Amino acid sequence: MADKELDQGKRRFLVAATSVAGGIAGAAATIPFVASMLPSERAKAAGAPVEADIGNLAPGEMTRVEWRGKPVWIVRRTPEMLESVKSSESRLADPRSERNKELTPEYARNELRSIKPEYLVVVGICSHLGCSPVDRFKPQPEAFDSDWKGGFYCPCHGSLFDLAGRVYKNKPAPDNLAVPPHTYLSDSTILIGVDSKV
Amino acid sequence: MAAADKQPVTVTWAGPLNGAVGCFITWVDQRFPLMSLWRDHLAEYYAPKNFNFWYYFGSLAMLVLVMQIVTGIFLTMHYKPDAGEAFASVEYIMRDVPGGWLIRYLHSTGASFFFIVVYLHMFRGLLYGSYRKPRELVWIFGMLIYLCLMAEAFFGYLLPWGQMSYWGAQVIVNLFDAIPWVGPTLAIWIRGDYVVADATLNRFFAFHVIAIPLLLLGLVAAHIMALHEVGSNNPDGVEIKKVKDPKTGHPADGIPFHPYYTVKDTLGVVAFLIAFCVIMFFMPEFGGYFLEYNNFIPADPLKTPPHIAPVWYFTPYYSILRAVTEDFMIFLAAGVALYVLLICFTVKDIRVRIAAVGAGLIAIVLMIAPTVNDVTIALDPKVWGVALMGIGTLIYFLLPWLDQSPVKSIRYKGPIAKVALTLFVVSFFVLGYLGTLSVTEGRTLLAQVFTLAYFAFFLLMPWYTRMDRTRPEPERVTG
Repeated sequence: MADKELDQGKRRFLVAATSVAGGIAGAAATIPFVASMLPSERAKAAGAPVEADIGNLAPGEMTRVEWRGKPVWIVRRTPEMLESVKSSESRLADPRSERNKELTPEYARNELRSIKPEYLVVVGICSHLGCSPVDRFKPQPEAFDSDWKGGFYCPCHGSLFDLAGRVYKNKPAPDNLAVPPHTYLSDSTILIGVDSKV
Repeated sequence: MAAADKQPVTVTWAGPLNGAVGCFITWVDQRFPLMSLWRDHLAEYYAPKNFNFWYYFGSLAMLVLVMQIVTGIFLTMHYKPDAGEAFASVEYIMRDVPGGWLIRYLHSTGASFFFIVVYLHMFRGLLYGSYRKPRELVWIFGMLIYLCLMAEAFFGYLLPWGQMSYWGAQVIVNLFDAIPWVGPTLAIWIRGDYVVADATLNRFFAFHVIAIPLLLLGLVAAHIMALHEVGSNNPDGVEIKKVKDPKTGHPADGIPFHPYYTVKDTLGVVAFLIAFCVIMFFMPEFGGYFLEYNNFIPADPLKTPPHIAPVWYFTPYYSILRAVTEDFMIFLAAGVALYVLLICFTVKDIRVRIAAVGAGLIAIVLMIAPTVNDVTIALDPKVWGVALMGIGTLIYFLLPWLDQSPVKSIRYKGPIAKVALTLFVVSFFVLGYLGTLSVTEGRTLLAQVFTLAYFAFFLLMPWYTRMDRTRPEPERVTG
């Protein structure tokens, strides 16, 4: 074909149009692949509520249950433990649980962060990077805090929580431990994953 | 030249089979650029004659890469990427598969040695200015390799499904959770579940055995092609291409890579393999640094081990992450403010000043703006911790442009550059060591001081490399 018959403008248009159409089609083709990495229907279905039996829990003890793959702690607090919750307030970042309201359901948004003062129910996942803190209930000088009143210590990055799951000031974790939706089926059974009607 | 016009290849090393071998190579060469590849990358690739100890680590990194791929292939023959079976399948490899323990220890020790070799290789670049013009792309491809390597190590570490695997992955994936707005969805998308679970293990296996290795091989090829295009740097940091032998046209200070450096590198391989084997056979766990003790306990999603730390090669960055607490934010903001002032007082270009003031103000507001009427603008220290850790790994990319010294090599740089590099290495080690320990107030303070030193090395480089008293570079390499 001779050069003069070439319409350069048309050629540029066709190249651009083909590139744009091909690019859009290529981008659209990634959608099913990206979507395939989202939680599967099976994973979503695994989030059913679980029942926890607290009939045998002695004062000062803690039990763990698994809910949506996460550890949920149930602590039966002694009067001394409840006292320590009140005394730790000045050192807390968010004592009234106001920062991220969805972490504490309405019915637990009180000083002790619980429905019944005696029982603390929290998700045992640190609000920093998802480690599970360990219990250090005994008030005594610790390596991480010389004036330790008892609570939870996160071994990953050193965040501290009091016995109501409230985070200490100036620690990597920004938020208190989440209180999961829960309700009392009886005095000795808690259903985790369903909100309380109270 | 058309392929079929190529001259017949004469071989001298084949002895009595000379004719037959020559015919075969000629047949191949007329259909594939065999001889030109051989010449361009080995027999007639002219490398500076003054390579020293630090130049072993490039070829050693290639050796470890091959080792990891070969051992990895054999491990996948027995490993099961299933949350219910993974831990047991690794123990099965260790106990029941003939020679399985050896292959697994080769792979796990190889992972740590990969990082040792790559860190030394990168330090060589810092010493001799190997990232400077015209080698910016060599450095950038190299940094991409380093990032891929970190991803590869991270994905691989989940596979044994031990406690450290599990909680390490949990922490790192949750880093993405800190990104404002999209973070939580992104973290769930990466995990494929609401916590690290079987879906996560399965996809990390796919990334570890196929996706990242393919990327890695491509990047290694690009790294070497870019290097062979511009030629190797050397301990004097002078360009050997400037002075050429008038008769041959080859660099006067260059020697062919093969046989000179293939032989030298073979010696390096022997020394390396001795050190490697001593550790692999006698201390494969290396005191909990190469294989952490907690990883011999199966993953338990309900219980974080009392002390968790990443493997040693990630700990400097991990320390930076932990160093950012609420108290530290004011110092970070002050650092940004000082940096903006420095730019305003020393850079003449008004646009640069305006950009620096604008970016600095935004950063400071996002760091320390107080909450007014329940409206919080400042980002969590957690978000800044993640951001600083990210910047800490990516900032190396900017080195070719941060370094403004008139000379490349540390041999001719002045005292400030030497002190700065020493301080940087010390910071890297201190941060790395602190990252393996649990936190106390004193250690956090130390990590904060060295985090600032770490960043100062990079961010102040355009100034201190300019004002430093350098010595003139020689015309030719000094041997």
